[in-house]
Amino acid sequence: MTGMQFGIFTIGDVTPDPTTGRVPTEAERIRDTVAIAQKVEEVGLDVFATGEHHNPPFVPSSPTTLLGFIAAMTERIILSTSTTLITTNDPVKIAEDFSVLQHLADGRTDVMLGRGNTGPVYPWFGQDIRQAIPLTVEHYGLLRRLWREEVVDWEGKLRTPLQSFTLAPRPLDGIPPFVWHGSIRSPEIAELAAYYGDGFFANHIFWPTSHTRTMVELYRKRFAHYGHGTPEAAIVGLGGQVFIRPNSQDAINEFRPYFDNAPVYGHGPSLEEFASLTPLTVGSPQQVIDKTLGFREYTGDYQRQLFVIDHAGLPLKTVLEQLDLLGEQVVPVLRKEFAIGRSPEAPDAPTHQSLLRARDAGEGPAGSAGDGTPRGAG
Amino acid sequence: MTTTIAIITGGLREPSSTRLLADRLEASVRTELTAVGATVDSSFVELRPLGRAIIDAMLSGFPTAPLEDAFGTVASADGVIAITPAFNASFNGLFKSFFDVLPEDTLSDMPVLIGATGGTERHSLVLEHALRPLFSYLHAIVSPRGVYAATDDFGSSDSGAALGDRVSRAAADYVRLVRGCGPRGQRDPLTGDLDAMEQLLQRGPP
Repeated sequence: MTGMQFGIFTIGDVTPDPTTGRVPTEAERIRDTVAIAQKVEEVGLDVFATGEHHNPPFVPSSPTTLLGFIAAMTERIILSTSTTLITTNDPVKIAEDFSVLQHLADGRTDVMLGRGNTGPVYPWFGQDIRQAIPLTVEHYGLLRRLWREEVVDWEGKLRTPLQSFTLAPRPLDGIPPFVWHGSIRSPEIAELAAYYGDGFFANHIFWPTSHTRTMVELYRKRFAHYGHGTPEAAIVGLGGQVFIRPNSQDAINEFRPYFDNAPVYGHGPSLEEFASLTPLTVGSPQQVIDKTLGFREYTGDYQRQLFVIDHAGLPLKTVLEQLDLLGEQVVPVLRKEFAIGRSPEAPDAPTHQSLLRARDAGEGPAGSAGDGTPRGAG
Repeated sequence: MTTTIAIITGGLREPSSTRLLADRLEASVRTELTAVGATVDSSFVELRPLGRAIIDAMLSGFPTAPLEDAFGTVASADGVIAITPAFNASFNGLFKSFFDVLPEDTLSDMPVLIGATGGTERHSLVLEHALRPLFSYLHAIVSPRGVYAATDDFGSSDSGAALGDRVSRAAADYVRLVRGCGPRGQRDPLTGDLDAMEQLLQRGPP
């Protein structure tokens, strides 16, 4: 698995199927999610990532439990999140959960951190939404140290101090899970990712592409500013959203009711308008290939492409068909085409094995086991 | 020196008395600015054709192209003239919705001349109890004299002259304000956020 990684990210919503009115039970939605993850592996994709939500109509409130189960059912895919809430989760618990997952999955795991944008969640976990950005900075600073230092003495402003704390278990091979920072619209998150030389994942799907261009440019520039390498050496991931049928008109007809009633953007712009402004592609495999290949024109060569395919009430059977089409007709072409003309400066997507090799070779590329603190002008 | 003025009008009908008032305010402001040696570049942002785009932006969280162009026109102006019909004791919903989706801080420090139209003079305080607080909240600098025009104002020549007088006085005040504020620098909304974030990363939460 070199070059780019392809996969899916799920929101985990329980939404009535607008064409039948049928609502899956929570148990059904969770089992379906596992089936989707297994299919991701079966069709030859690389990554399965789950969201984290703490209120209905969503089911993934405990992502590492879900990912641990999927780890046991799969052998190859990377298990990740989209996103793990760095604000409301305690950093000690995040460190523990992902350390255990890393051992169980034999290194097939990384993590995407995000602030979360559901205001009411903060008090449920004893946190203050007014402190969202300071919480992000302080919690993440601690999380990094927990994964990198044997014995941690730490004192901050927003959490009780730690004295002589040792994380158990230690990260697999002493290599912390690779960290992506996911953002829909906050430039602060691009800055955070750049500061530490971590990966930056632009959600991409809810905003016009012009916005994603700005955010990725900013991240790359600041990544270089902080001394982690050239702008091209920064680690970029992008979201995408597709609905595929062999015949594009069939795809549009079938997907339209799901689009029109989707919880996030339904009852607003038309499918056609949304598709022209955002990465959404509803059409044939070739249309999905063409549009996806266009992303790098405004983000540069990047490392990870995740698609949303299982939301808005789409039935499991349809979702699995989407994965068949992605795996058979879309992703193999994308792998080949993205490799053509790829900048030699663009790193391969990070994996546990690549980070381990880099550490053993004494290199310290972005996101490696090195301390990752800024090396250039600060 | 060129002074750029954006005129936002929330009239719904054609012909629109709101647009008529907008035209008169624009002409008067242009005359005053020209008299002091400025070149004027004015653009109208009519909200009616943007109605669907405004609601789409409210639902989806981002603007489609025509609305983004309108945002750009407003953001790049040195001054704004904003005129709405009075509906049910306030600005109309379309007018308010435009400012609800306009990116934050677009109107910070922006000199704004307010105007409103209505069927009778009884609604004239809509300027003071609805428009002025809205623009104050958005950190605009609201010109002290707004103009309210009732249907009667567009009637007889006598009352037309009275409206002309109010328009001229409001324009004169507003032009002094615009000149006092000077050319308005384009703001990069990213810069402020990033400076604060860099400090936070280096020093930790305060």
